[in-house]
Amino acid sequence: MSPKLRLYILVFLIMGLGIGLISYKHFALGFPLSPDDKKSVWTIEAKIDFIARGDPVIVSFALPPKTPNVVFMEEDFASPGYGFSELASPAGRRAQWSKRTASGPQTAYYRLSMYETDQFIQPPIAAADLPAEPEKPEFDGVLKTAAITLLDQVRSKSANTEIFTRELIRTLNSNTPDQNQRLLLNDQSSEDYKTNLIIHLLASEGISAHIVRGLYLNEGRKRLSLTNFVEVYIGGRWLLFNQNTGENGKPKNFLVWQRGDQSLLDVIGGKNSKISFSIIKSIQSTRNLAVRDSISKQAGLIDFSIYSLPIEQQNAFKMILLLPIGALIVVIMRLLIGIRTSGTFMPILIALALIQTTLLTGIIIFLTVVGTGLLIRSYLSRLNLLFVARISAVIIVVIAIMASISIISNKLGIDQAMTVTFFPMIILSWTIERMSVLWEEDGPREVFIQGGGSLLTAVIAYLFMTNRTIEYLTFNFPELMLVNLALILILGQYTGYRLSELYRFHALERRNVTGKR
Amino acid sequence: MLLASAKKLRSFGIIGMNQRNFGLISHYNPRHLYPLVDDKLKTKLLAQEAGITVPKLLGTVEYQHDVKLLKKILQPHAQFVIKPVKGSGGKGILVITEHDHNLYFKPSGDSIQLADIERHVSNILSGLHSLGGKPDNVMIESLIQLDPVFSDYSYEGIPDLRIIVLCGYPIMAMLRLTTHVSDGKANLHQGAVGVGIDMGTGHALHAVQYGEPVLHHPDTRKTFSELVIPHWDKLLQLAAACYEMTGLGYLGADIVLDRDQGPMIIELNARPGLSIQVANAAGLAPRVAVIEALKAIDPDPQSRAAFSKQQFTANAGTHPPRLLRTRSDDPKP
Repeated sequence: MSPKLRLYILVFLIMGLGIGLISYKHFALGFPLSPDDKKSVWTIEAKIDFIARGDPVIVSFALPPKTPNVVFMEEDFASPGYGFSELASPAGRRAQWSKRTASGPQTAYYRLSMYETDQFIQPPIAAADLPAEPEKPEFDGVLKTAAITLLDQVRSKSANTEIFTRELIRTLNSNTPDQNQRLLLNDQSSEDYKTNLIIHLLASEGISAHIVRGLYLNEGRKRLSLTNFVEVYIGGRWLLFNQNTGENGKPKNFLVWQRGDQSLLDVIGGKNSKISFSIIKSIQSTRNLAVRDSISKQAGLIDFSIYSLPIEQQNAFKMILLLPIGALIVVIMRLLIGIRTSGTFMPILIALALIQTTLLTGIIIFLTVVGTGLLIRSYLSRLNLLFVARISAVIIVVIAIMASISIISNKLGIDQAMTVTFFPMIILSWTIERMSVLWEEDGPREVFIQGGGSLLTAVIAYLFMTNRTIEYLTFNFPELMLVNLALILILGQYTGYRLSELYRFHALERRNVTGKR
Repeated sequence: MLLASAKKLRSFGIIGMNQRNFGLISHYNPRHLYPLVDDKLKTKLLAQEAGITVPKLLGTVEYQHDVKLLKKILQPHAQFVIKPVKGSGGKGILVITEHDHNLYFKPSGDSIQLADIERHVSNILSGLHSLGGKPDNVMIESLIQLDPVFSDYSYEGIPDLRIIVLCGYPIMAMLRLTTHVSDGKANLHQGAVGVGIDMGTGHALHAVQYGEPVLHHPDTRKTFSELVIPHWDKLLQLAAACYEMTGLGYLGADIVLDRDQGPMIIELNARPGLSIQVANAAGLAPRVAVIEALKAIDPDPQSRAAFSKQQFTANAGTHPPRLLRTRSDDPKP
């Protein structure tokens, strides 16, 4: 295998691994690719009130099912003096509070924070979820006739079960009900009555259906109650129908609380039980939610990642993970553009300092320090010093310059200039030393070319490193480093011309064209 | 037009920096051989062993406290050159052409004192001019006497001839002429004139200063068309012999002509630059391809020089470059 092929295979593997990890984090763990991605987090509080009669009390309350489309961040149960347990059964989760004796008004709370994910996974239907053959309901005399008439009417207008269900619900809800509908709905049409009516009517057609109770997630609402939906088993799937409009599908911002016929709330040993919901909405960044969710799920990739470090170290890494971007910029500037810089990676260090000082202030400070340093260095060169002593002297001079800039700017009230301390002193001293040697040997032109090249590269690196999206991506997808590495490996193979060489050799082209070879 | 098209440059066979670093330097020059040429003292010894003429070594300074001995070393010599042993690109070279008591004169006529020389030597010792700023040694050499052939083409300095040698075959040559703006240094960056030399005859082909064509020397106004380098065969053989001397497959030999002693090697370079293509108005790639196509390398430097002379002469015109393969479309080994 030729070394070139081996390198390409390596690049391919690294790149693939990087992109694979990024996709896994994005698609499976829900990490957003943009820092501005926000999600609504709903905090739902269910308050259960009842009057205890002085006997043993058991309160059993249905809890919303965990589905892949919803992430439960936190669940709290509170009721002073009560024992509590959470029971799981095929029919759904239930919370159970119990107490030996209680009397008077009692309250229990259940609080849930949740958000909806972007995943649209249709969970496979569990065996327990398959419907039993519906029992033909018995309607009394008049009602029976009305039901049969209504069903005939609807059946004639529909081609399949889905349309039939929709039509049935629409007809029952029509603004101009005919006699049959009025009879069936019976004036006392409470929500529960209507739901049961629909389920019964469907059952007499041989269609399985059950009730679904859920909560519309609306901001800042209090004393809400659950809304009834009808779920119909069609073609091996459960379809949700709005019982007032006949629309199918789960509405947006709707949390399914309970499916099936079990009661929502059972209170043994109490009376006048009452349940009310209140909802508070908060906006949180998707990234934070994803990190939290992954940590709680103990996803290996996240559990052994930077997120597991203390916040302080995480912040340090935020900076460190930006360095590869700077390195990539330097590689591009030097290998593709052909810009000469003083010191290979000095531009990155300047860029890091610029991040702390902001761009304009940083450049002014840099030029001031280097300029003043060069002046003083030219004097030092006349003092006949040994090299190491001279560079040490330059370091002290640089520190003195920095101190004076800080003090003077403080007196003048220019706060920005105080950030001068973020510039790496030793690096600045070396820069000054090198530039001054360059000045003596190759003249000021070379100093401006290399100094300007370094500064230009630093500014470009700065612009990339401070870009919000790039900052976000490098920190939250450290796997990006692998992609970066692969790119640098490929660039290391580039043997074509640098942009600057197209200029360097431009006279050559002219002469060759005139045929004077 | 300010920028050349990459496609055209490639068709002329111009080699860029990246390709030089990748395809020539790292391909032909094993890293462990670098010290042989980066250390000018070692190069000098090697050359002497090989029987190649080099400028006479007048003395060396290794330690800071030896700087005091300078006066004694310099005393007997009226003319000398002070060089950093590991300097690069002609940096840190001090030429003294006249010596009068405590005054030393540079080619430009400026006078300096012993203290100035001592400081210069001390700077070199601390690594100011060496690659990577490492501590360095100083060597003092006899001054090369300007060959009268070049007296019309040189200003306050000694011109040198750079010959690129690939696998022992000289492939391209350029004469570097000092000018007033280059401060007597044969450094193209500083404004020295680069003159492309016909490999077949030693005649001047083209000349450039700062990358732009010039027809005559900017200071002496002498036209380059009359310039012919003497001892051309000898020079080519000298350059070719550097391959056996160092083992470097791709090197630049810097040769000067001394009035009294003839051709001398002053320096070898493991990373020769690419300006030579501009001076010759020709790319290196076609010539590299010719050498790489050879089945075996001739062990005799003289016949290698003869091969190059015949192969790369400008008048033959047998090798329009665009018909030749360039390295980039070579099948990879």
